[in-house]
Amino acid sequence: MFKLLETQMIVPNIHLVTLEAPAIASEIRPGQFVIVRAEEEGERIPLSVSDWDREKGTLTIIFMNVGNTTGKLASLRGGQNLPTVVGPLGNATEIEKFGTVLCLGGCYGIGSIFPIARGLKEKENKVITVIEARSSYLCYWEEKLEQVSDRIVSITRDGTKGYRGHVDRLPEIIKSLDEPVDRMIINGCTFLLKKGSDASRPLGIKTVVSLNPIMIDGTGMCGVCRVTVGGSTKFACVDGPDFDGHQVDWAELLQRRRTYMPEEVTSMRTSRCEEHVVKR
Amino acid sequence: MPKQAAEVRRHNFSEVALGYSVEHAVEEARRCLNCKKPKCVLGCPVEIDIPGFIRCIAERDFSSGVSVLKEKNLLPAICGRVCPQEEQCEETCILLKKGGQIAIGRLERFLADWEARQGELEIPKSPAATGKKVAVVGGGPAGLTVAGDLIKLGHQVIIFEALHKMGGVLIYGIPEFRLPKAIVSREVDYLKKLGVEVITDFVVGKTRTVDSLLQEFDAIFIGSGAGLPWFMDIPGENLNGVYSANEYLTRMNLMKGYLFPRFPTPIKEHKRVAVVGGGNVAMDCARTALRLGAEARIIYRRSRQELPAREEEVENAEEEGVIFDFLTLPIRYIGNENGWIKEIECLRMELGEPDSSGRRRPVPIEGSEFILPMDAAICAIGNSPNPLIAASTPGLEVGKRGNIVADEESGKTSRERVWAGGDVVTGAATVILAMGAGRKAARSIHEHLSSL
Ligand SMILES: Cc1cc2nc3c(=O)[nH]c(=O)nc-3n(C[C@H](O)[C@H](O)[C@H](O)COP(=O)(O)OP(=O)(O)OC[C@H]3O[C@@H](n4cnc5c(N)ncnc54)[C@H](O)[C@@H]3O)c2cc1C
Ligand SMILES: Cc1cc2nc3c(=O)[nH]c(=O)nc-3n(C[C@H](O)[C@H](O)[C@H](O)COP(=O)(O)OP(=O)(O)OC[C@H]3O[C@@H](n4cnc5c(N)ncnc54)[C@H](O)[C@@H]3O)c2cc1C
Ligand code: SF4
Ligand code: SF4
Ligand code: FES
Repeated sequence: MFKLLETQMIVPNIHLVTLEAPAIASEIRPGQFVIVRAEEEGERIPLSVSDWDREKGTLTIIFMNVGNTTGKLASLRGGQNLPTVVGPLGNATEIEKFGTVLCLGGCYGIGSIFPIARGLKEKENKVITVIEARSSYLCYWEEKLEQVSDRIVSITRDGTKGYRGHVDRLPEIIKSLDEPVDRMIINGCTFLLKKGSDASRPLGIKTVVSLNPIMIDGTGMCGVCRVTVGGSTKFACVDGPDFDGHQVDWAELLQRRRTYMPEEVTSMRTSRCEEHVVKR
Repeated sequence: MPKQAAEVRRHNFSEVALGYSVEHAVEEARRCLNCKKPKCVLGCPVEIDIPGFIRCIAERDFSSGVSVLKEKNLLPAICGRVCPQEEQCEETCILLKKGGQIAIGRLERFLADWEARQGELEIPKSPAATGKKVAVVGGGPAGLTVAGDLIKLGHQVIIFEALHKMGGVLIYGIPEFRLPKAIVSREVDYLKKLGVEVITDFVVGKTRTVDSLLQEFDAIFIGSGAGLPWFMDIPGENLNGVYSANEYLTRMNLMKGYLFPRFPTPIKEHKRVAVVGGGNVAMDCARTALRLGAEARIIYRRSRQELPAREEEVENAEEEGVIFDFLTLPIRYIGNENGWIKEIECLRMELGEPDSSGRRRPVPIEGSEFILPMDAAICAIGNSPNPLIAASTPGLEVGKRGNIVADEESGKTSRERVWAGGDVVTGAATVILAMGAGRKAARSIHEHLSSL
């Protein structure tokens, strides 16, 4: 059992939970994830770890409420327990002294890019953090990110903060910098990972993306997380989740993520009606 | 043995074989010749005193029979169900020649089930604590056996299991209709009552490394199984609707996908499912798909004779209506415009000269390509050990297929204080061999701990 200490919706539909998991907290490194079950008999879902406190033995996770399990998770409160939190899974993001690194985060990735940016800063990189969101009211953790970044830029679809539009504005942003970007790291939804990689390809900037295919065990046992990178099949949970964004077969990943779309809708319908009342 | 009728069982997930009645068991037991030099025992990897427990059944002294079984086999309810008896104890039974070998596995199962019906098991008095601590990695049959043997000797034992449930393949792989999960849970609960501590959701090599555990434990046993699925590396293998057997069975068994949406892990209802492979795993997948309403077929590159699955399971599958395409090799999965599998292209094969395994090698027949329409395919061609532990443990010797190298008699690995056994050493094998390896390792670990 893993005790939740704090749960909070930090911006509409995006939630933060802090939980006790001392064994994981003492080992975790930036870019790794955990697999969580929100209830007994519940589904196993992968979530990145956005921050941790090794001394207190806690993890902080930021997630978007998109379906059955994340919905359950969002309904839990401090003091309640999660039956499963297992990790740290996957490889840590490669962090070296690269020079200037552009960290791009969208939706939950604004949170999960934070420890990566912090790690890069500790290695004395120049860190440019770009936050992407639909609107200004969906931006969060800017103060936290400021502490580990040399510069913060925002892109909002509606233009209510920073640049208006989507990551097709990246080339301009990069041009506006004083020096060339040596590496780009992207966390967030698959669409953002793909668009970001598309934008950086013509600029010849090495781009690392944290992929998010469907997973079950997260240890290389089931193979559902397979992705094609550079023409060969990889298991994202053990070979990744970070890969070269210019090598990923995006069409395949997007299509594989849609596998259970009809069932996910069923699952929402059948498990929701009678449970509108949040159990405390 | 009485079974659910094929027409009925193909629509449910309840156990297929119903087990002997008392009268039936006693009658079967009475046929045993009680051989002085029992050949059957030579066929059992853990050398159960087979005539001994059978005599108890014939005399209706079931509780003594259980004791005889448990001297050598910690998990008789499981082995009685899933052991390939026809290649082991029953194959060497003296009565085989006359075509009337004793149904040893079924009698073993009968006793174990009888014991379960007697209610709570008695917990033996705990032995004096030795103060020695052993970590067991993996909650499959190998790990459970090591834990059971060592706790009874007074050592402290903690099992670390990567998944959220104990049991290994017994819980995530073998389906409910062949091995009810309640039986596995009961055995795990029994170990807990003996004092074994169980920590689930703990991936050794990730949550903590073997070396880090060695600082706290006097010995470590690695029984992490052979859980890495193989694919065939043919075009279209990443289409939606193409699964590894592990994924399909894990969704079904561990996550209870067949009860979706009551249990939230989804499983697709496919109309036509092809399972590639011919072992127990393939049979389990095909029979599972069939129970979810699909037309299920096995695609196997050799002929019926070479099927590695247990004969009993092949017969069950046939009775239930699984279709078999023998001498057939898939060469390509073909997708529709949405990225879902819609067809499999196959080649016909013929059998040529025997290969290194002694079985005749399948050779493709040129120009025999043909197409099978299909909306799902399950790849059940094999597994090898997961590299997570080996990769995070410097100095641990590993073989060509990623298997940990361990001494056959003692289970000792190339690292001090580290033992290994079961599928992680042998590659995918059987429950009873994993338990046998666990038993030998436990003996060697105990010797080591006693010498400290
Ligand atoms: C390595 C990794 C890290 C991730 N980190 C985060 C994170 O930090 N925050 C966050 O909000 N999300 C993260 N995700 C995505 C998250 O796992 C999915 O949003 C979640 O599984 C949805 O589950 P659900 O039951 O609520 O929704 P559902 O209704 O079941 O599914 C909604 C969508 O989520 C995806 N999904 C469903 N089941 C799974 C599964 N078992 N594994 C992966 N994806 C699935 C599917 O594409 C689906 O269409 C991460 C995914 C991966 C692989
Ligand atoms: C579908 C199927 C059907 C089968 N049918 C039969 C049959 O009818 N008869 C028969 O005799 N055999 C059968 N087998 C084979 C048999 O199940 C295995 O040989 C046996 O389970 C091996 O036992 P084990 O303890 O070595 O490994 P496993 O049962 O594989 O258990 C290993 C355990 O270790 C855990 N683990 C792995 N890595 C780690 C880690 N890093 N940290 C912590 N835990 C870890 C795994 O999650 C798992 O629980 C079948 C196998 C399958 C897949
Ligand atoms: S354990 Fe297996 S091989 Fe041994 S007697 Fe029982 S069924 Fe036969
Ligand atoms: S060999 Fe057959 S007949 Fe003889 S003791 Fe064993 S089971 Fe009985
Ligand atoms: S999640 Fe099962 S192999 Fe990656």
